[in-house]
Amino acid sequence: MLRSIALAALAAGTLSFSTAASAHNVWLLPSSTVLAKAETITVDAAVSNDLFFFNYVPLALDNLEILAPDGRRLAAENPHRGKLRSVFDLRVEQPGSYRLAVVNRGLFASYQLKGERKRWRGSPEALGREIPAEATDLQVTESLGRIETWVTLGKPTVPSPAGQGLELRPVTHPNDLVSGESARFVLLLDGQPVSGVEVTAIRGATRYRDRQEEMTAKTDERGEFAFTWEQPGMYWLEASAKDGKVSVPAAKERRLMYAVTLEVMPQ
Amino acid sequence: MPYRKIVCALLGATLVHQAQAAELAVQLEIPRLNVAEYHRPYIAVWLEGERRDVHNLSVWYDLKMANEEGVKWIKDLRQWWRRSGRELSFPVDGVTSATRAPGSHRLSYTSDGVLARLPAGNYRLVIEAVREVGGREVLSQPFAWPPQQPARFQLQGKEELGAVVVELKP
Repeated sequence: MLRSIALAALAAGTLSFSTAASAHNVWLLPSSTVLAKAETITVDAAVSNDLFFFNYVPLALDNLEILAPDGRRLAAENPHRGKLRSVFDLRVEQPGSYRLAVVNRGLFASYQLKGERKRWRGSPEALGREIPAEATDLQVTESLGRIETWVTLGKPTVPSPAGQGLELRPVTHPNDLVSGESARFVLLLDGQPVSGVEVTAIRGATRYRDRQEEMTAKTDERGEFAFTWEQPGMYWLEASAKDGKVSVPAAKERRLMYAVTLEVMPQ
Repeated sequence: MPYRKIVCALLGATLVHQAQAAELAVQLEIPRLNVAEYHRPYIAVWLEGERRDVHNLSVWYDLKMANEEGVKWIKDLRQWWRRSGRELSFPVDGVTSATRAPGSHRLSYTSDGVLARLPAGNYRLVIEAVREVGGREVLSQPFAWPPQQPARFQLQGKEELGAVVVELKP
């Protein structure tokens, strides 16, 4: 039930995102990640079990944040929302790395009303307004999720961290991945390395094999984790965490989620 | 100061130097392929030193397309792109030029030309070829520079490159 609400929230393009939705994969899929010349790329955005097949619901683009190499925010071109996926174009013109992210912030609440358990989602402002005064046993959870991909024209550069929630800091650059090699990254929580968090990596084209063949790694005391890519392809990395660093007083817990689509080139 | 003498001495030194120019020559065959859609391959020839230093020698890409559109696909020379290409802006003087037709092509790099500033050491000559709607192939040959004696290496490509002969002359 909670899962379907969370997914509905994503599908409807509301503010919320919950780790309860992590049973489904949320992803951005760029047409290219390594460019030699200024050109337009296109990106699919969807929620589905199969990577990277848009066969469930689109990912809302309301909270799309595109960071250019010079640090400026860019707007997507030609955004479109279909029944199964969202799509947008991006003109990649500056040398360096672009970070494309859908950042979803919001609240989930559950409460008791007239003997029934009710569920709610929305913004902090709407919380006081929309939860009935006679509600009891109110439980509020804050959520913050980032769904990313990176694209580089020419030489890779490293954008400054967003500083909020979970995100990745390169040791190996996300657009410098080759099969047979290992890649190392730092997982940040609110801009600081975070240890003991499990990160999962799954190669795309899951439809064409019997097992997910997922790899897992745990961040070490420096927040670092590494994967060795056995095959080229598009990979989906995901990590989630919980803590009590809420920004809304009513919330007890904060749920954090990070996912990134990475392209691993053949050797 | 006998200005003329200095000039003569310099000239003499240059002449001697030229007479002793060391050479790295590459005879490279682009195979003729019987395929429905043929495009000339993009080819990169470069040297890699022991400190992962890269020295670009020749890069061939499609110069015929309008607005340098041919640069878009240069990243498909994947290994070269990672080692060096992504650091450059195109065209690169003395390095980039047009793609070439099937057949045998001779490339010569000398100590009084592009190799003038190449430090002595062990190198790997790398040749990477990639063809639109075709395949990709990489060949390499280790050697020491400057060469102490003549040497000849014969390499054989399987798909995108044919016979490659590498010759070193002291």
